[in-house]
Amino acid sequence: MEDKIIVKNLSKIFGKNPEKAIGELKKGKSKNDILRELNQKVGVYDVSFSVKKSEIFVLMGLSGSGKSTLQRLLNRLHEPSQGEIIIDGTDITKLNKKELRNFRRKHFCGMVFQNFAILPHLTVQENVEFGLELQSVDKPTRAKKAIEVIKLVGLEGHENSYPDELSGGMQQRVGLARGLAVDADILLMDEAFSALDPIIRRQMQDELLEIQDRMQKTIIFVTHDLDEAFRLGNRIAIMDDGGIVQIGTAEEIISRPANDYVKAFVVDMDRSAIFTAASVMQPVEDTAFEGDGPRTILRKIRKKGLTGILMTNTRKELKAYIRASELADYINKNKDAENIPMNEGLLHEPASVEENTPLNEIINMYTDHEFGPIAVVDKQNKVKGVIVKGAVIAALSESYIPGENGKT
Amino acid sequence: MFPYRIPLRDWVTTAVEYLERELGPVFDGFSAFIYFLVDNLKEGMLFLPPIVLILIITGITWYMAGWKNSIIAFLGLLLSENIGLWEAFVETLALVLSAEIIVILVGLPLGIWAARSDRFNAILRPILDFMQTMPAFVYLIPAVMFFGLGLVPGVVATFVFALPPLIRLTNLGIRQVPVELVEAADAFGATEFQKLMRVQIPVAKPTILAGVNQSIMLGLSMVVIAAMIGAGGLGEDVLRGIQRLQVGQGFEAGLVVVILAIILDRITAGIGVKKNASR
Repeated sequence: MEDKIIVKNLSKIFGKNPEKAIGELKKGKSKNDILRELNQKVGVYDVSFSVKKSEIFVLMGLSGSGKSTLQRLLNRLHEPSQGEIIIDGTDITKLNKKELRNFRRKHFCGMVFQNFAILPHLTVQENVEFGLELQSVDKPTRAKKAIEVIKLVGLEGHENSYPDELSGGMQQRVGLARGLAVDADILLMDEAFSALDPIIRRQMQDELLEIQDRMQKTIIFVTHDLDEAFRLGNRIAIMDDGGIVQIGTAEEIISRPANDYVKAFVVDMDRSAIFTAASVMQPVEDTAFEGDGPRTILRKIRKKGLTGILMTNTRKELKAYIRASELADYINKNKDAENIPMNEGLLHEPASVEENTPLNEIINMYTDHEFGPIAVVDKQNKVKGVIVKGAVIAALSESYIPGENGKT
Repeated sequence: MFPYRIPLRDWVTTAVEYLERELGPVFDGFSAFIYFLVDNLKEGMLFLPPIVLILIITGITWYMAGWKNSIIAFLGLLLSENIGLWEAFVETLALVLSAEIIVILVGLPLGIWAARSDRFNAILRPILDFMQTMPAFVYLIPAVMFFGLGLVPGVVATFVFALPPLIRLTNLGIRQVPVELVEAADAFGATEFQKLMRVQIPVAKPTILAGVNQSIMLGLSMVVIAAMIGAGGLGEDVLRGIQRLQVGQGFEAGLVVVILAIILDRITAGIGVKKNASR
């Protein structure tokens, strides 16, 4: 997918003489030395990464790691000290004040903040219209868009309420709606759900993913919570001391932590919630097709040395699971017949999961499905692979690295 | 201690005389404007029969501060009329309102500027400290020198005395607007003017209105003192009471000042609350 935002060697020094500080950093001075000797604070130093269109890119780190600073550099709420920020082909570090303002209006859906930052003297609808109003969009268009977005975030009926009449979760929906109302595609979220209590927080995360499914914005999400990062992020950048330590998907980070800092973060993670069916599945050795005779199917099974086989139609859509032992018995009983018809009783309901199902849900399925492997299918129910018990257990061990699991 | 005395008083006198000579027309124009303002306000209010104005003020108090306060206002106003201080009451009200109008016209922009520029704020702060700690009477002298005796220097001295709290509280209110609210507006591509009008001033409004309330109260106290330079109004009656040792007369005039203070305070304190309740 195309890159929406490309960041090259971006640095931010808070202080009077950033050039000097960067020079000293290049010579290998530590950030503490810069603070002590030059009295300048290194916010972000020499960071490069890119964000793809329509992905949720999470900046994760402890407080003081520079994640919020980095986010504010992306729309130049903080002026970069050095480096390039290329958004849709424009290097925004080179824009003058007026150009920057127009660029923000065209490309950014504003920001969503931890403490909501919605205007206390405006109603919900007026708050949602705020971004559009700043762009001098006329009243009817504004109202129409606002009502649409208010519905999307589930605040219908609260259009005329004031912020102090709403709960925290609802206030944050207003903050989110305000961003989504603007016709732009980069949304910045700064610890957006960190002030909410755990249940509401979880709910908002789910809703954000749902909304993202429909709106396809490019979201930069800052958080200090690894669970949240892994839940929301298509990719996660882990930050420490003003730099990015590792960028990758949740699975990549948990299976190959770049250093001890990252390792310390991921050690407590529930691996079964991170790894998905797709990461432990194996290719299907062979499948039976609808219309294959019992003997043909048994031959396929024997040839591969399997205990059973999945049956699909010609479009590879999953239909049934057939056990080798039952099939052999059936053929034995009817061995004199020339053409044995397939018996409905041999076709079992197959166990199947979608590719993005986490392992903890798959483990539960084993109690229900005593027999056979679990098929992994895509949204069209086409078979993508199979999961065998051993692979699931292997994935939960700490030394497991996806993509390197051997055949079982 | 020293054989030489620094001629501070001569410097100030010379400077004031110089300003008066060179900027005479400017002061004359300013003077005419203030006189126009006060005189029209006063004549306008005196044109109405007292009972009509009493009912109007009572009505405003009711709307802004509730029926309990409006009853106090109504009774107080009737009393003022009854003891023959109605004209003085109206005159004092006109003086305070005129001074407050100028205070708002000057103080609001200065407060906003101070909030937006640390440098300007650093320059302004000691000046405001100076203005507030200088004994109120001292303002009467330059006011008289520039504008003579009468209404106008009274308004000017009141203006100078009542200006600092509005500037301070406007500055404070805008600086206290949460940084995220400003960032949110910036992130949407707001202009400086949009940020000011749509975010900073509305959010700072309760604090700014507290500043208006404060400056009106200070203005009222100064208007009474300004009677010493012939500003007229209730202060004149208080002053006469002192000079002639007429305790009863002085008390009456003083009481009416208190009544006016209560009404003005209730109404202006009500603005902020009212707006919050009815938004």
